[in-house]
Amino acid sequence: MNSIQKNRLKDQLFKVWGIGCTLFGLILLAVFIGDILIDGIMRIDWKFIIDLPSRKPEKAGIYTALMGSIWILLLTTVIAFPVGVAAGVYLEEYGKKNKFSAILEINISNLAGVPSIIYGLLGLEVFVRIMSLGASVLAGSLTLSLLILPIIIVATREAIKAVPKTVKDASFALGASKWQTIWNQVLPASSGGILTGVILALSRAVGETAPLIVVGALAYVPFAPESPMDEFSVLPIQIFNWISRPQHGFIENAAAAIIILLLITFVMNGIAVYFRNKWQKKLK
Amino acid sequence: METVIEQIPLEKTIDSSLKKKNKIEVKNVKVWYDDFNAIKGIDMNIKPNTVTAFIGPSGCGKSTFLRLFNRMNDYVESFKMEGDIKVNGKNIYKKKVNVEELRKEIGMVFQKPNPFPKSIFDNVAYGLKIQGITDKQLIEERVIDCLKQVALWDEVKDDLKKSAMALSGGQQQRLCIARTLAVQPSIILMDEPTSALDPISTAKVEELIFKLKEKYTIVIVTHNMQQASRISDYTAFFYLGELIEYGKTKTIFTNPEKKQTENYITGRFG
Repeated sequence: MNSIQKNRLKDQLFKVWGIGCTLFGLILLAVFIGDILIDGIMRIDWKFIIDLPSRKPEKAGIYTALMGSIWILLLTTVIAFPVGVAAGVYLEEYGKKNKFSAILEINISNLAGVPSIIYGLLGLEVFVRIMSLGASVLAGSLTLSLLILPIIIVATREAIKAVPKTVKDASFALGASKWQTIWNQVLPASSGGILTGVILALSRAVGETAPLIVVGALAYVPFAPESPMDEFSVLPIQIFNWISRPQHGFIENAAAAIIILLLITFVMNGIAVYFRNKWQKKLK
Repeated sequence: METVIEQIPLEKTIDSSLKKKNKIEVKNVKVWYDDFNAIKGIDMNIKPNTVTAFIGPSGCGKSTFLRLFNRMNDYVESFKMEGDIKVNGKNIYKKKVNVEELRKEIGMVFQKPNPFPKSIFDNVAYGLKIQGITDKQLIEERVIDCLKQVALWDEVKDDLKKSAMALSGGQQQRLCIARTLAVQPSIILMDEPTSALDPISTAKVEELIFKLKEKYTIVIVTHNMQQASRISDYTAFFYLGELIEYGKTKTIFTNPEKKQTENYITGRFG
């Protein structure tokens, strides 16, 4: 066998190995989703979505948890989006590049890897107790905002870095100030990347359970929250609660709620992909 | 031909016989990037309504020198500078100088065409919009006028709403020049404006430069000797951060004073 044939063989082997690895993940996911669908799809109807929680599985619905999740999602967006993007813009465009900024940069990436329960403990101490917000939607949103801020900051910086320097130069050379350049050129050109990062971060937030349990989100809330100071539950907690019950009916309910939650994250990721594609086209 | 002196001795003011004031006056300018001494003390005066070409091998400091005039080096963190540069008699490196105002007076065209990812119209209108001009009629008139000045109007008049990214490289570069003209500068700096263009687009841009000279003072960095000799009135030869020779283009190319200049323009090094 000469070296060309050897290289071809290696090429083929790696291809097969790669296909195998890809399939491994995909098949597991497919089995999981299939299983959930079999268990839960029959349970989903409009009533399931608008019903309040109940002790009887066939009467129980996800309304309060779903509304809780939507509240949390909206409030977290309102808090984390402006703060995260502003921090990213500052670090990338204004902050001086020195040792301090390098340490800051490493630690922001590290923060993205801190277990979410730690954020929950922080939220419990700072928001629930010190700021006495109680186990409210606001406290939960603030905690989740902390959790996803590093992701948003990193995504913002990456998106801004991808804006060609030549475009910025052109703007400066025409007499634009730094802020005008950021607002008129840098942010529009990087908006797709920023939005992608924000949406992915939010779809992570909507699936978080641990920090919200620590903050004090309830497994059973009889009413949907009506203000940021109300108590709340969210879908993942509702699912967790149902799964830990003995009746088979609740297992079905849990599966159905999982389908709804997956649907939400899929739609959000879909939107993220859409923005990314649009953004890439624009920069070309 | 205009009245210009035949030869300019190095490091002396070019001329007293000309009545026109110097557009740009450079006195003993030195530039460092950290410890690297990129410009080693240059004096130079540039006349209004002329084309001045900067030539020299890569890394000789000519682009750095050009970017001093509109303070584009300010964004380089390791940048340090000494000396005085006066534009229209005003020292542009004083603390109080409004850099944004300065850049409205001194436009710049870059090596690679760099249109904004916006429509053709918005590209040209950008400079006006950031000045806070909202008069739609004024903006439209200015955009059309500038596109006509760069001879792009006939090619794009039906596509003003289309993305500038869809234009050819040569069209993009002329659009970038139009964008610069829209701010109504009196000086235009060009950093190798044709190095990314094909010969036909290059010819169009050169023709344009020749025409723009009537209204603007143009300083152009180029690696193309023929280009420098074709379009410029004055030529400055840089080497290793120093101004080796500066004078009338005709003289530099036919009868250079320094051996180094001769070697470079005849292609023996660089």
